[in-house]
Amino acid sequence: MMIEAKNINFYYGNFHALKGINIAIPANTVTALIGPSGCGKSTFLRLFNRMNDTIQNTKLTGECLVNGQNIYDKTVQVDDLRKNVGMVFQKPNPFPKSIFENVAYGLKVNGISDKKYIAERVEQSLIAAALWNEVKDKLHQSAFALSGGQQQRLCIARALAISPSILLMDEPASALDPISTSKIEELIHELKEKYTIVIVTHNMQQAARVSNKTGFFMYGELIEYSDTKKMFLNPENIQTQNYITGRFG
Amino acid sequence: MRFPMKIVERLLEGVFKMSSSITSIVILLIIIFLFKEGFGLFRSPVVENGYGLYINSKNPIADINPTQIKQIFDGEIDNWKTIGGNEESIYLFRFDEIFSIYTDEELGENYQFLPQKLNNIIAENSNIIAFFPKKYMQEISSNTKEIATKNIEITDFVLGKEWLPTTTPSPLFGIVPLVLGTLLVSFLAILIALPLGLGVAIYLSEIASNRVRGIIRPAIELLAGIPSVVYGFFGLVIIVPIVQKVGNISAGETAFTGSLILAIMALPTIISISEDAIRNTPLALRESSYALGATQWQTIYKIVIPYASSGISAAIILGIGRAIGETMAVLMVTGNGAVIPHSIFESVRTIPATIAAELGEAPIGGTHYQALFLLGCVLFLFTLILSIVSELISKKQTSKTA
Ligand SMILES: Nc1ncnc2c1ncn2[C@@H]1O[C@H](COP(=O)(O)OP(=O)(O)OP(=O)(O)O)[C@@H](O)[C@H]1O
Ligand SMILES: [Mg+2]
Repeated sequence: MMIEAKNINFYYGNFHALKGINIAIPANTVTALIGPSGCGKSTFLRLFNRMNDTIQNTKLTGECLVNGQNIYDKTVQVDDLRKNVGMVFQKPNPFPKSIFENVAYGLKVNGISDKKYIAERVEQSLIAAALWNEVKDKLHQSAFALSGGQQQRLCIARALAISPSILLMDEPASALDPISTSKIEELIHELKEKYTIVIVTHNMQQAARVSNKTGFFMYGELIEYSDTKKMFLNPENIQTQNYITGRFG
Repeated sequence: MRFPMKIVERLLEGVFKMSSSITSIVILLIIIFLFKEGFGLFRSPVVENGYGLYINSKNPIADINPTQIKQIFDGEIDNWKTIGGNEESIYLFRFDEIFSIYTDEELGENYQFLPQKLNNIIAENSNIIAFFPKKYMQEISSNTKEIATKNIEITDFVLGKEWLPTTTPSPLFGIVPLVLGTLLVSFLAILIALPLGLGVAIYLSEIASNRVRGIIRPAIELLAGIPSVVYGFFGLVIIVPIVQKVGNISAGETAFTGSLILAIMALPTIISISEDAIRNTPLALRESSYALGATQWQTIYKIVIPYASSGISAAIILGIGRAIGETMAVLMVTGNGAVIPHSIFESVRTIPATIAAELGEAPIGGTHYQALFLLGCVLFLFTLILSIVSELISKKQTSKTA
C-alpha cells in the first residue's frame, strides 16, 4: 500500500476534526475524497505531507504510513517527505516569479544547482503538466500573466518537478472554468500512470470521472471507502447514498 | 420624516465639502507662502540693507557677486586682476578705519565732514574697496562709484559650499553642506535601522509566539509616540558620551550620533510597516513553498521577503522621510557645524536643524529669513519626492495582490 492511515484522530485544540480514520490507498491509483464542507477532507489530506505541522495547537494520534514508513516518526525529515509527497492547492497560487523560476523553485530549495539539469526538469515538468506548448516562448515572463487554468497547471508542474511519487490535490479545479477543469482532469488521468493521486473534490461527476477509489467523509469520520464504481452505483451506507443522490438529484 | 432627513443630509454634505475645500486651500496657501518668501531671496541685494560697497571710479570693475565679496573680505582675493580688474592689489577699507585716520574734530561734531573724508580716501586710492552705510554717500563725487552687487543666484544657493548667513558685508547661503548633512545623517540612519527593523519584523511575524508578539508590538508602537526632544535628550546624555569615548574623538556630537538617534526613531515605522507587509504574504504562498520541501528560512528569504519587498521599500522610504524632516533630536546631538562633512565622526548640520536654530535670530523679511524659507522649500521638495516614490511603490503593491 502506498498510503495508509491507521486509527487516525486529529484535534484542532479541543475540536475533534478526524475520528478514528482507517484507510489504505494503493499505488498508481486516483483516490477521490468527497463529503460535505467542513467534514475534514483537507485536514486529512494535509496529514500526508505534514502540512498540519505548521498550525499551532493541534494533536494527532494514530499512524500515517507512506510506503510503509510512519511519516511522523522522529527519524523522518519533513523536507524529504515533502519532496516525495507533492501538493496542489485549491486556488492557483504561483510564486511572484517567472514561469521558469516557479517550476525550478522546488529543485533549488532542495539544493540542486546544476543549471542544465534544472532546465531539463522544468521542461519535462511543464510537458507532463500539459503546459509546455503554451508557455515555452515566455518562460521568463511573470507567472501572473497566465490564465487561472494555466496557473493551476503551472502549480502542478511545480509539484512534479521534484519527482514526487504521491500527489495530493485539494479541490484543484474548483476555482477554474469548465474547459480548464477538463484539462486538469485529463492531466490527472495521464499522471495516474506514474503517480499515486489523492484528490479532494466537491464535484461528484469529477470524482466519478477521474478516480478509481472514493472515500466519503462526514463529521470527521470516514463513512465509506470503496471502488468508485461501486460507491456511485451501489453504496453500502445510507448516508453515502443520500449525499451522492442529494447532490445528483 | 423624509423631508427633514433630506435637509440634514444636504447640510452634512455641505459641511464636509466645505471642510475639505478649506483644508486644501490652507495647505495650498502654506505652500505658496513658503515659496513666495523663499524665492524673495533671489530678488534681494546681497549686501546688508543700508550698506554699500564703494570703489574708485577709475576702477573698471562694474559689478561683483557674493562669493567674490566674501573672498575679498576674507583676504582670499587680494588682487583686482583675479576678478577681471587691473593688476593692482586690493585695498580693503572697513568703515571703522576712518576713525583711526581722522580725529573726531576733523570729522566734525555731528560727523558732518565724514562723507567728504570718505570721498577723499576713495579718490586717493585707485585700488580701494570700501564698505560703509549708504547714508554717508548721499552725493557721490565723480571720483567715487558704488559697485553694483549682483543678486544671489539660484546657483549660488544650490551649489554654494558655504553657509555663512551672518557674515558681512555679504552673507553666503550655500546649501550644499546642509543638504549633504541631511542626506548623510538620514541615509546612515536607514542603514542602521533597516537591518535591525527588518530583523525585528521577521522575528515578530514569523518566529515569535502570539504572546510575545502581543507584548513587543505595542511596545514598539509606543516608541513612536515619544516626543523627539526626549530622544534628543537621551542622545545627548547617553549616546554622545559613549560615541565620544568609543570613537576616541574630541566631541561626541557627530553625524553618526544623529544617525543612531534617528535610527531608533525610525525603527517603529520600519518595523510596523514591514511586519504588516510580511504578514500580508498569503498563507497559500508559504504553504506551497513548504509543500515543495523548502525550510522556513528558505521560505522567508525566497518567497516572503520578495513578496513583501514593495511594502518593505515603502517602510524604508517613510523611515527616510521621518529622518529627513526630524528636527529637535538631530539639532541636539549633531553639533551643528555647517561644513561639508568628510567623515561620519564629524559635526554636521541638517536642513531642519538649521531652520529651527536660526529662524529666531533672522530679521523678518531679511535675506537670512528668506534663505531659511527657501531651505524649507528644499525640505518640502525632498519629502514630496519621497512620498511620490512611496505612492508609486504601493500602487505597484496593490496591482500585484490584485
Ligand atoms: N486551522 C484550523 N484551526 C481550527 N479549526 C480548523 C482549522 N482548519 C480546519 N478547522 C476545522 O476542522 C474542520 C475540518 O476542516 P477541513 O478544512 O478539513 O474541512 P473540509 O472537509 O476540507 O471542508 P471544505 O470542503 O469546506 O474544504 C472544520 O470544522 C474546520 O472548521
Ligand atoms: Mg477543504
